[in-house]
This record gives sequence, structure tokens and C-alpha cells, in this order.
Amino acid sequence: MQDLVPEEYKERNSLVINPVKTCQPIGAMYAALGIHGALPHSHGSQGCCSYHRMHLTKHFREPVVASSSSFTEGASVFGGRANLETALKNIFAVYDPEVVAINTTCLSETIGDDIGSIINGYDVPEGKTIIHASTPSYVGSHISGFSNMVKAMIKQLSEKNKDAKTNNKLNLIPGFVDPGDIREIKRILEAMDIDYILFPDQSDVLDTPLDGNYDMYPEGGVTIPELNDTGNSQATIALGEFASSDPAFELEKKHDVKPYTLKSPVGIKATDEFLMQLMKLTGKEVPAEIEKERGQLVDIIADTHHQFHGKKVAIYGDPDIVISLTEFVLSLGMRPAHVLTGTPDNKFEKIVEEMMEDADWDYNITAGGDLFQLHQWIKNDPVDLMLGNSYGKLVAKQEDIPLVRVGFPILDRTVHSYLPTVGYKGAMLLLEKISGALLDRRDRDTDIQLTEFVL
Amino acid sequence: MKNNNAGIEDVLDEVLQSYPAKSMKNRKEHILVKEKKKGKHKIKANTRTIPGIITNRGCAYAGCRGVVLGPLKDVVQLVHGPIGCSYYAWGMRRHQGMAAEGGKNFINYTFSTDMQDSDVVFGGERKLKEAIKEAVEIFNPSTIMITATCPVGLIGDDINSIARQAEEEYGIKVMAFNCEGYKGVSQSAGHHIANNNIMSDLVGIEDKELEHKYPINLMGEYNIGGDAFEIERILDKIGYDIVASFSGNGTADQIKYSHEADLNLVQCHRSINYIAEMFEEKYGIPWLKVNFLGVDATIKSLRNMAEYFDDPELKERTEKVIAEELAQIDGPLNRYKELFEGKTAFLFVGGSRAHHYQNVFKRIGIETVVAGYEFGHRDDYEGREVIPDIEMTADDRNIPELEVTKDDKKYKMRISETKKKELQQKMPLDYYEGMIKEMEDGSIVIDDLNHHEHIKLTEALEPDIFCSGIKDKYTSHKMGIFSKQLHSYDYSGPYAGFKGHLQFAEDIAAGILNPSWSYINPPWKDNVELKGTIGGVK
Repeated sequence: MQDLVPEEYKERNSLVINPVKTCQPIGAMYAALGIHGALPHSHGSQGCCSYHRMHLTKHFREPVVASSSSFTEGASVFGGRANLETALKNIFAVYDPEVVAINTTCLSETIGDDIGSIINGYDVPEGKTIIHASTPSYVGSHISGFSNMVKAMIKQLSEKNKDAKTNNKLNLIPGFVDPGDIREIKRILEAMDIDYILFPDQSDVLDTPLDGNYDMYPEGGVTIPELNDTGNSQATIALGEFASSDPAFELEKKHDVKPYTLKSPVGIKATDEFLMQLMKLTGKEVPAEIEKERGQLVDIIADTHHQFHGKKVAIYGDPDIVISLTEFVLSLGMRPAHVLTGTPDNKFEKIVEEMMEDADWDYNITAGGDLFQLHQWIKNDPVDLMLGNSYGKLVAKQEDIPLVRVGFPILDRTVHSYLPTVGYKGAMLLLEKISGALLDRRDRDTDIQLTEFVL
Repeated sequence: MKNNNAGIEDVLDEVLQSYPAKSMKNRKEHILVKEKKKGKHKIKANTRTIPGIITNRGCAYAGCRGVVLGPLKDVVQLVHGPIGCSYYAWGMRRHQGMAAEGGKNFINYTFSTDMQDSDVVFGGERKLKEAIKEAVEIFNPSTIMITATCPVGLIGDDINSIARQAEEEYGIKVMAFNCEGYKGVSQSAGHHIANNNIMSDLVGIEDKELEHKYPINLMGEYNIGGDAFEIERILDKIGYDIVASFSGNGTADQIKYSHEADLNLVQCHRSINYIAEMFEEKYGIPWLKVNFLGVDATIKSLRNMAEYFDDPELKERTEKVIAEELAQIDGPLNRYKELFEGKTAFLFVGGSRAHHYQNVFKRIGIETVVAGYEFGHRDDYEGREVIPDIEMTADDRNIPELEVTKDDKKYKMRISETKKKELQQKMPLDYYEGMIKEMEDGSIVIDDLNHHEHIKLTEALEPDIFCSGIKDKYTSHKMGIFSKQLHSYDYSGPYAGFKGHLQFAEDIAAGILNPSWSYINPPWKDNVELKGTIGGVK
């Protein structure tokens, strides 16, 4: 097998090789799909929209519909106003969405199109809504793009009752997670009898059943009245510092709704913190049903700790999930050896560094890294397990390391988007995968004469 | 499926009536119904997609970096721009490649300058130079290809002079492609840009004495799902020597001396015809339109090649290989034909496959009722004879035309003009007939199909199979219609050649006959007599 990756590190400041991030607009598109009846619209070249649709479709294996301003060279010189106006006219006539959620691209940002002023001058059809987010591809990553579109929902749609009367609801921003995660978060909220507004909500949008009918705007998604109402809620819980925190603070700034940023509730500790926060804010008890799940999870970990203890792990992917996964594997007695995100933000390194405070082994942490870097780290300091998206499989294959796919994107395995990673149930599923991967490896490597039935 | 033309006109009217007047007028010219008695058909193609209309099309960068350059194994594809463009072109097209002994294969790697806002403001040239240096130091590649994304052209980074400087500094081939996403109207512009630079900067820069009798170049075959591997196997068995592939399983190193070949085979006319034409002008190598998809088209292509070289021994070997290969698949293929007889297909693929796959389907009993190209030009629909009549648009004029002239030192007349004329009577030498001529009466031809038209036509015609790409695959599945991706072949292939045809038939059977379709309606939706009394009498 060819191996292009040298063990020796060479200085690299400008060349990114096999990234662990992509650009902002796809995150904005994903967020927009979590609004009911929304058509995401990409203001730029056709290629952006096409690539983003392709990529999301490959992760979810579901239709992902979005439109584009289809820039040509002329529009790039003279500005994209005419293209956007023509696009909106056609979109409302042909596709009849309730909402058009526009994101910009590096092209429209570089030429300086001001979407806000174009929209202000546009005659929006009765009952329809247009929102827009600035998502230049040369800033941040798909995670900040997601955050920016959610922020746009708050900025442009949240309202406050004139009499400041509360709706007695809790806002919940789940982060860049799968529909399966959103369903699990909703199940927990409902089990606790909490009234909530969850946004963006891609469940029942990107996990629809096959029933012989295609619905361009499936039943899922947060509605415009719900988004309007977010300003009347009592608090906002933002799950994930990087994907969800900014919009929650935006709502505080705008309508004084108190924000609480928590880790993405992956693993026992982060889920505990999530439930504690829910209890504190609502005064409601954690129901027996959920407490039982927690107990089962603790039971599993205690019973099978020998499978995990001391194993070295490399974790890569988007910052919120990587942070929570790091905490989770630490709680299993595993040793995170390499922790990497592609999203450039130093906060990440600080947060993970704090978690690793008690670690008595060598480890690497970086934000803004790539898979080539991770590969070099692993060559120099091998691990027993990799946790991350599908792109790590090259490293896993080359170095013969079991890989558990978690995060975004997962392009070479299936069902992941339907099942949770969050909550106690999600942790169980994750444990099943991790333990399966480690034990499959042990079985593979054990001589047939020494093979055991009970592990 | 409604079979009379009047019915089809009604369907098309219904499709069109949802559009605002201007868009309706535009789309109408991109759709036609095949009518033999009408003679010539004229379709509008390679024009701008209307903004807001949900197209499947991509951009020039995708056509250049993704399609034409991407499959070259020995090249570091350095994308200058924000991270997304490099990220999305990474391992998504299923162009496969295996490095020769000692060779490097960079296909599974993607390289980017990851342009940041400061680069957009102050220029990205320094970063690009440094990225080239780092790539050379780490990988020592023989070729680096720099592709430009949208902001590069706007901020004016001079990637061409950076490439020239780097070439001098590192003593390797460094090429630059100005394929910004906003150029042209689809991926097609990117094919053209890639073709131009490969021709001007790579082809013919090295000479090589070829020992073989039948040296050929394979053009416009991108080795999706291993198609080129299978074509190589068959051609090798007959005794051909592939000098270079443009570009499936190919290398830049081979392209350097590809002018030594005696015939160019053109599989995908749209993406590579520019190079094919320029080769003839500059080096005297004619091109033959081939199609290795489908048994019948493969046999025809192989026979045409043997006829071109006009060697009895080669012809004999060709027939022997055809017979051997056919013997392995003819029986099973006929059984699939019985299984599929009467089924219909709706094809919407790039610039050739919507045509190529019609004979593949026909051989297994499936009729194509709608076919269209995502980024084809009029000649891909109507045949090359229409080229002089194609009006240049402003978007076309933005793509430079490369003028080549006869290379006095390297030009070699392969066949005489008389011989060529004689061959042209028998085979598509320097010619492509386009898609429409072979289509059945009453079938629909549709250019740049969009989401709305896909759904409306599917509802009206109820085809058994929808072949397109990933973006509308699952839309089709939601409607209960099996969709096979013909851009990527989903997760399968090769489909080329003889065995490939059988593999394709097996995959189609797996899709159409999959039990899941019969589970769409839950049993309780039928009339169920509710007699049970457990839990209390009603």
C-alpha cells in the first residue's frame, strides 16, 4: 500500500492537506433546512449550491433542495442584484416556499453584494419570509456558517411581546447535529414536560419516510411563528459553544433572553449537565424513565470498563462534538492522544486543554488542523482507536486502526443520521460501536486457538 | 407511459405552465419531442441557467479540477481559494487510479491554500507560493496543477506567473488553470479551460520512441468505478498500447508524449473534443468517437478501431476477443432482457452518458423515454454538423479559444485524406452524431433539467428507472422509483465493456426488484377487517 505521509514533520503554514472542515455556506444551508417550508438559497456561482446539496445528500441519503443565484462572469463584475431578484421571482413562482433563506458565498462577498439592501428593495409576496446570512467561505468553517444562519433567524425573526409577557418556553439550539439527535433532545424535553422552541430542527426534514410521495417541504422544521416567539421565551440553551452559542447571545442582546451555553450532550457528564441545567431553569424533575437510562449506562460502563481502559484514542472532527467525545472517552478511562478540529478557533484548544488537566500521558491538541497533521501525529504516536468522520478512513486503513464513525460527514456507513449520539441512549449506542470496533480488532488479532467467546 | 405525441405535448405544457412568462419561454427552447419525420431537431443548450431555477449544474471549477484534471494520479491538485472547493472535489467523483510500480497516486488527497479574509483583502499570491513550496518539500511531485476558485480572479492573483516561477525554481511541471466558478454557464467551461492548458503546456513537451504498432490515446474516459480499467483490459487483450489517458487512471507524465500516438479515442465528446481537434491540427492524429458502454457500442468501437489501423491480424484478434468476451455474458444478458422487457428509463446525465447509456438499456429491453444533458452543447444533441450554426454567447466569449497550428517537427500524417474520407463513410472518424438521431420517436429530449421538471415528468411518465446524480436520486426514491446514479455509478462499476454491461444489468435488477418497493404501503392501509377484542369489546 502506498504511503505518502512521512513521519518527519516539516513546517507547513500555507498548504492544507485533507481538511477537517469545509466552508461556511454548507452550514448555513443545513441550518436553513431546519426551518419549516424553507428553501435555502445560495447567492453565488452554481457550483457552490451544487456541491453543498451533493454533500448533505451524501451524509443524509435524503433529498436536499436548494437554489442558486447562478452567477456568470457578468454578475461577478456588475454585482448580483439582478440575479438575486430574478431568482426570487422564479423561486416563489415555481417552488412556492414559505421561507427563502439566503446565504452568501466567497464570490458574492468578495464583490460586496449587500443582501440586506437588495431584500429591502424587494417586494416579498404576502405571507412569505426571506432571511439572509453573511457566510463568506474564507472565514471560519461550516460550523460558523451554521451559527451565522441561526443567528440570522434570531436577528431577523425573533420578536418580543409588547407587554413583555413570557410564553413560558425554553429556547433550545441543538447545534450541528443529526435529526436522530434532535429527536432524542426533544424526547428528553418532553419526558420532562418542558415547553420548548427548538431551532433549527431538521427532524422530519432530513429523515423522512419512503411512502411513495415526494414532498419538497416535509412536515418538519421550526415554524416562522415559533421563531418570532423566541424573543418571549424564558431562556435559551445553546448546545455547543461553536455552533450554537452566538445565536443565543444574539437573542440576549436583542430581547434579553438569558443564554446558557452547554457542551453538546454527548456522553454521561455532558448529558448530566444538560439535564441539571434543564432542572435548574424549569424546576422540573428528571423523570424515572430517563434516570433509569442513566443507570443502565453507568452499569454498562462499569461492566465493560476493561474494554476501554487505557486505550489510546485519536479524535477529530467538528469542535463541539470533538470536545464532548474527548470528555466521554476520558470518562471511560481511555486516553485521548490526539484531539483535532479543522475549525480555526483557539477557544477549542483551551477547552480541551482544561479537560486534559489530569492526563499523565503525552497528547496533541489543535484547532485549524488537517488530516495530514493527524496522520503524522499517529505515525509518531500510534493509537488504538480513531473517532471521527468518514475522511479519516485513509489514515485508519493506512495505519490499521479501528475507526468509529461519528460526526459529520459520514458518507460510507448508514443509519447514523436516524439514531442519537446525544443523551444517555446516544452514549449507549456510541459505546456499542466503540466496544464493537475494539473487540472486532481483538478477535481479528487473536490466534484462533486462543479465541474466546466471552469478552 | 403515454405514447402519442399529442399526449406528450400536453405533459410538456403542464410542466411549463408553472413558470413565469420569461422563464417559460426560455425553458421551452430546451425541450423537444423526437419526431423522425421532422428531420432536423433544434434544441437550445449551453446557455445560462435561469437564476433561482433549481439546476443540477455545477461550475467551471468543478469541470476543470473535478472532471478533467482530478483523475490524473501523479498530480498534486492544488486548489487556490477558500477551503470548500478543494474539500468538495475530494474523493467524490469515483475516478479511480492505481499507480504504476514506483509511481505516486495523489487521488485520495486534496490540497488547498485555504484562503482567509486577509488573503482576499491583501492578495493570496504569497500564500500560494508558500503552499507550492511546501507541497514540493513534502511530496516531491512531478506535476502540480493550480486551479483557481471564484475569489482568485476577482482579487487578481496572478496564478500563471506564480506557476511559471515555481516551474523554474523547482524544476517540475507547474500549471495554472483560470477556472473560476463564475466562468461560462456550467462545468463545460471548465472542461474547455482544462483542455486548453493541457494542450498548450503539457502535450508534446517530451518525445518518446514508441515500440508498439497500435499506439492510441484514450480521451474523455474518467475511470468512474473502474471503467477505464476494464477498457484497458480489453484493448490490451487485443494488442493496443494506450500511450496516455485523458484522464481516467492517467498521468501527466504520459500526456507529455501523447502526441506520439496514432489514434485518439474519444469517449466523452463534450469534455474532451477540444483537445481531440487540436491534436489533429497540430500533430495529424485523427480522432474516433467510440463508446465502450454497452456490448453493441463496444463491439462497433473495437471494429472501427481495427478498420482504422487496417491490419488483418488486428482485425482477427479483435473478432476473437469480441467472441470470447461475448461468450461470457451473452446468455445472462438475454435473460435480463426478458426480465426487463417493456420497462422505461429517464436519463439525465452530464455530456455523453445520457446518450451512451441508451444502447446499454436497449440491449436489456429498457426503452429510454426521456434523455437530457446537464451541460451538453447543441452538437452533443444534434451532431457536429451543427457547429457552424451555433451562436456564440457572451459567456462563450469569456473562455479563451486556443489557436493551434501545425507543429512542423512533430506533425505526422497518420492516414491520407482519401483514406480518411473513405473511413468517414463507415465510422465516426472526427465526427460525433449527437444524441437525438438514435432516439425513438416520441421520446423527450430535455436540456439542463431542473427539480420541477424532474418531478413533473416523473409523475406524468412514470418511468421504471431514473438515472441522474446524487442530488435527485432520493427525490426519485421518495416517489417510489429506483434511481441509479450515472455520474458516479453509486458504489458499483465498472460498467464499460462486456462484463461491465452485465454488472450494470445486475445492478439495475437489484434496484428495480428490491423488495423495499413492495413495502411502501403498510398492510394496514388495505382494507383490514378489525375483529379483535383484546383489551375490551368495542
